[in-house]
Amino acid sequence: MKKVLSLLLTAALAISLAACGGAASSTPAASSAAPAASTASTTGGNDLIVVGFSQVGAESDWRTANTESMKSTFTEANGYKLIFDDAQQKQENQITAIRNFIQQEVDYIVLAPVTETGWDTVLQEAKDAGIPVIIVDRMIDVSDDSLFTAWVGSDFRAEGDKAVAWMEEKFAGVDQLNIVHIQGTIGSSAQIGRTDGLNAGVEKNSNWKIIAQQTGEFTQAKGQEVMESVLKQYDDIDVVYCENDNEAFGAIDAIEAAGKTYGVNGDITVISFDATHAGLTDTLAGKINFNVECNPLHGPRVEKIIQQLEKGETPDKLAYVDEETFDATTITQAIVDARAY
Amino acid sequence: MKTLKRPRSLSATGFLLIVTIGLFVLMYAAGMLAFSGQGFAKPQMFLNLFISNAGLIVISCGMTLVMITGGIDISVGSVTALVCMVVAYQMERNGASAFTAILFALGIGLAFGIVQGFLVAYLDIQPFIVSLAGLFFGRGMTAIVSTDMISIKNETFLAWAKYQIYLPFGSNNKKGIYQPAYIYPTVIVALLVVLFIFILLRYTKFGRKVYAIGGNQQSALMMGLNVRRTKFEAYLLDGFLAGLGGFLFALNSCAGFVEQAKGLEMDAISSSVIGGTLLSGGVGNPIGTLFGVLIKGTISSLITTQGTLSSWWVRIALSALLCFFIVLQSIITSRKQKQR
Repeated sequence: MKKVLSLLLTAALAISLAACGGAASSTPAASSAAPAASTASTTGGNDLIVVGFSQVGAESDWRTANTESMKSTFTEANGYKLIFDDAQQKQENQITAIRNFIQQEVDYIVLAPVTETGWDTVLQEAKDAGIPVIIVDRMIDVSDDSLFTAWVGSDFRAEGDKAVAWMEEKFAGVDQLNIVHIQGTIGSSAQIGRTDGLNAGVEKNSNWKIIAQQTGEFTQAKGQEVMESVLKQYDDIDVVYCENDNEAFGAIDAIEAAGKTYGVNGDITVISFDATHAGLTDTLAGKINFNVECNPLHGPRVEKIIQQLEKGETPDKLAYVDEETFDATTITQAIVDARAY
Repeated sequence: MKTLKRPRSLSATGFLLIVTIGLFVLMYAAGMLAFSGQGFAKPQMFLNLFISNAGLIVISCGMTLVMITGGIDISVGSVTALVCMVVAYQMERNGASAFTAILFALGIGLAFGIVQGFLVAYLDIQPFIVSLAGLFFGRGMTAIVSTDMISIKNETFLAWAKYQIYLPFGSNNKKGIYQPAYIYPTVIVALLVVLFIFILLRYTKFGRKVYAIGGNQQSALMMGLNVRRTKFEAYLLDGFLAGLGGFLFALNSCAGFVEQAKGLEMDAISSSVIGGTLLSGGVGNPIGTLFGVLIKGTISSLITTQGTLSSWWVRIALSALLCFFIVLQSIITSRKQKQR
């Protein structure tokens, strides 16, 4: 009898706990039920355009700026409802999120893919449901181009070419140029484009020599590690070509620790990409010689495409964002201050 | 009277199972009420839970099996990545057929199962350490095969991945067009695996041995059970399921790359625990594990649908659930000990 009683008590406790757990997990749901219901009625009246945005994550300042650009563009004041999903760097989360968007019957799906690969199945589902998909930032690799409507992003190859052109001008007439190349995460569009740009430059200029080429995985820690090991091996480094700002910060730390000089008044010329606020601050300080912008403000471009689609027009399949370059000798405080990310 | 005669472990299993299923129903019903206008009431939304998690369901079944023996296998995420990579590499770079790719996937899984099972069962090494080595090895080997991201474009494989099985029900979209609900073949495979493991554990000699070992290894040994052999077989089956689950995962993602399925082992462990598997062994059920996976899917689905909450809340909700189930389990184990 005691046994049965205690079992019943445990069950009662469990159920009450379960009820708490259930309530806890449904509180956000319940609290949002009211606004959700109101927006549902407005979308019923076709007032708001519903956009589902699946973002890679929040791994860098650049990414955060990209997210903010989307959030500030697709506001209710502008006539949109944005459903935002952070994939935490996982492709499978993005696939799940897109399936969710399809069932929610959003009007447009915007995808900033974690990877270039593996979108065939889920984008086919979106196509079957008649929802246009706009890809931002990284390009995707699919068997059928009609699976996405348009792509918005940076021309990474052009970014690399810009850096090479600047180097050609600065180092015209030098006998030999020793370049250390710290690459981004291998296989990412940014790495491929920026590396191709440099490789083309090395082919064109026979006096240029890449003495070390290794990935810094777009992080400061790895960039520093790579630069430290290179500094131990080579004494006469002229240029360090870092494929993003974080790698450049790491490389600068390593150079400083090794007691070498760098930047505008130093021996080693530092080239970087992205031109984030922190990157431009270092450019202004003369630590980074040349910084090529990678514009994260995709929101307005995407909105333009959606507006074209709303009017029944066919947007361009590929849309590049405008990108500038910043030279340490010409950059001003005003430019740095204006940079939000 | 009948319930009292049953072995203790089974009734504990049954009790935890009811809690898990109840929680799932409660959460899904709450979602349907709150987000009925955003597609949550559609049958396809429910089926998507299975479609997106088919691989995880299979992998978690293997995890449940080894957890019942009192062990653990944290290598499954790496095995999945390795399977995806080898499958992609063999088909795209070496021109292998999709059928050969299946053999590769299952072979990798079995190889992990054999090695890890041997080390755990016959050399008495801690399962955590053994599978930690497996985790590093799998991820490392994936990078050795290739550091590229490989898209799978093999026609047979894509035909499998895109083959939609329509069900005799569906829903109307907002334009009023009827869309039948569908599943992919992966879902059927996953459900068959759950059923197979359920029958295996419940109605076969092997199953009873697995529970006996997990409940108390010493007394299982004294009862004359071949503890080592049973453990080895459990890890072998777990490895096989990791290979199969990895292949289902590849069918969903259609790609191979180094970073794939990172942390999948933790999803599998948490699904098993939420599904009522005791970390100390002896208690567990694949049906519960299935619902554990579905609960995880439902939480992320709820948060995505809500649209403004950070998706990190999925983790927080999961951690709350894990705490809840661990407390519940410790109550059950302490009761079990009192009875002795």
